[in-house]
Amino acid sequence: MDEGYLAQFLSLFEQFDVLAAFWVNIQLTAYAAVLALVLGTVLAVMRISPVPSLRWAGATYVTLLRNTPLTIIIVFCVLGLWGQLGITLSADFQTNFFRLAAIGLGVYHAAFVCEALRSGVNTVPVGQAEAARAIGLGFWPAARLVILPQAFRGAVAPLGNVLIALIKNSTVAAAGSVAEASGLMRTMIEFRPDVILAVFFVFALGFVVLVVPVGLLTTSLSRRLAVAR
Amino acid sequence: MRARLAIALTAAAALTLTACSGGDTDSESTEGAGGGDSIRIGIKFDQPGLGFQDGSDYTGFDVGVATYVAEQLGYSADQIEWVESPSAQRETMLQTGQVDMIFATYSITDERKEVVSFAGPYFVAGQDLLVAADDDSISGPEDLEGKNLCSVTGSTSAQRIKDEYAAGTNLLEQPGYAECVTALVAGSVDAVTTDDIILAGLAAIPANEGQVKVVGNPFSEENYGIGLPQDNEICEDVNAAVEQMFEDGTWEQLLEDNVGASGYVPNADLNPPAVEPCA
Repeated sequence: MDEGYLAQFLSLFEQFDVLAAFWVNIQLTAYAAVLALVLGTVLAVMRISPVPSLRWAGATYVTLLRNTPLTIIIVFCVLGLWGQLGITLSADFQTNFFRLAAIGLGVYHAAFVCEALRSGVNTVPVGQAEAARAIGLGFWPAARLVILPQAFRGAVAPLGNVLIALIKNSTVAAAGSVAEASGLMRTMIEFRPDVILAVFFVFALGFVVLVVPVGLLTTSLSRRLAVAR
Repeated sequence: MRARLAIALTAAAALTLTACSGGDTDSESTEGAGGGDSIRIGIKFDQPGLGFQDGSDYTGFDVGVATYVAEQLGYSADQIEWVESPSAQRETMLQTGQVDMIFATYSITDERKEVVSFAGPYFVAGQDLLVAADDDSISGPEDLEGKNLCSVTGSTSAQRIKDEYAAGTNLLEQPGYAECVTALVAGSVDAVTTDDIILAGLAAIPANEGQVKVVGNPFSEENYGIGLPQDNEICEDVNAAVEQMFEDGTWEQLLEDNVGASGYVPNADLNPPAVEPCA
């Protein structure tokens, strides 16, 4: 190893488009996070609703998806939905895989968003729900106006953890033929095994840069937004 | 709190730096080969016909060659400890002494020679295509324009096709070749690409027999070497064993036994290769 460390890093950035690969992870995370938040909120409402069949359906979804390895979900999206069933989400080959992977990531993390929100609901005192009912609100207005706003504020920290997990899990999209960071890392190891530690360091650093601000932000938000009781 | 963070960061930085500088000083730990009661050999566990774990047995061409070479070095078959060595970990496993030798479709390249040594080559493969048995429209990489091609994430193969032959190829990247063959049999891709002998091994397994075929128009030269730690003392002996394997007919027999069922015939102009002198 006669080159300096800095020269090794620079040669890696020259040879490979590292930033483009990380940008794919960021995009995957953004789309999947929106999908997971919407779907997860619907699931959380189902799970706290007074209708037994909705509660059962929500619990089944969460139990099934949360206990299925993410790789299997992503591979199913590509080999199952696209390969066997012929479901195409875009005429462009790579865009199609990107969307399938984003959906796979979204439906998987929706289960965790649901559980994070349910933990948020648990921070809302029972008296709030009783008071809502006492002034004549039905389940849906009570959930929308009283329970969920407080639940979201109480669930900021666990939701942040789900987001951090989602950022890191976006690397599993490589199993679904999406050219993102972990796929590029494999390519770099294949072509440049002579600087393997620099390769690892590039990706470790990349994820620290992505994850740490999210952690700091959600921690400070959760302090600021928590409902003082 | 802040002090603890500073300590943690310093420790992490120190670990990284010492790990980096280890590259040229850790050769003492590799003297395991040659002595001792057993030898650890790295192979692939998931490449049928080459290196494959079948229950508690290990089968394939690489396994056969490794067993032969180990026997020439004085280890009987039951003294061999097989270790899985995925592509991305091969250099690390040799550098850290987790294995003594690697026989795992390991192409000799200049970048790899910077960090490990090679004996051999014991086989010259060429990149080729695997297509459905009834597909006559693809006879080489030029025919892939606009078609769907499957390869393994991070491999050199697919990139070469896009760069040199058909830029308009739709590329599906999968974690392993088994997934690619699944997609090929299902009809969602038109071809799978990697070294011909790996494709032949996939085509030779009973589940795929008659469904897929190797095109037989190789367009690269991959010299499969035997990965050894740098500063080893067994390279010459390994080369001698490989040469003897070529001479006594074992090499041809191993090829026939492991990938013969696919009808694959290795490129006779390049095989068996001349072994390179140890550096």
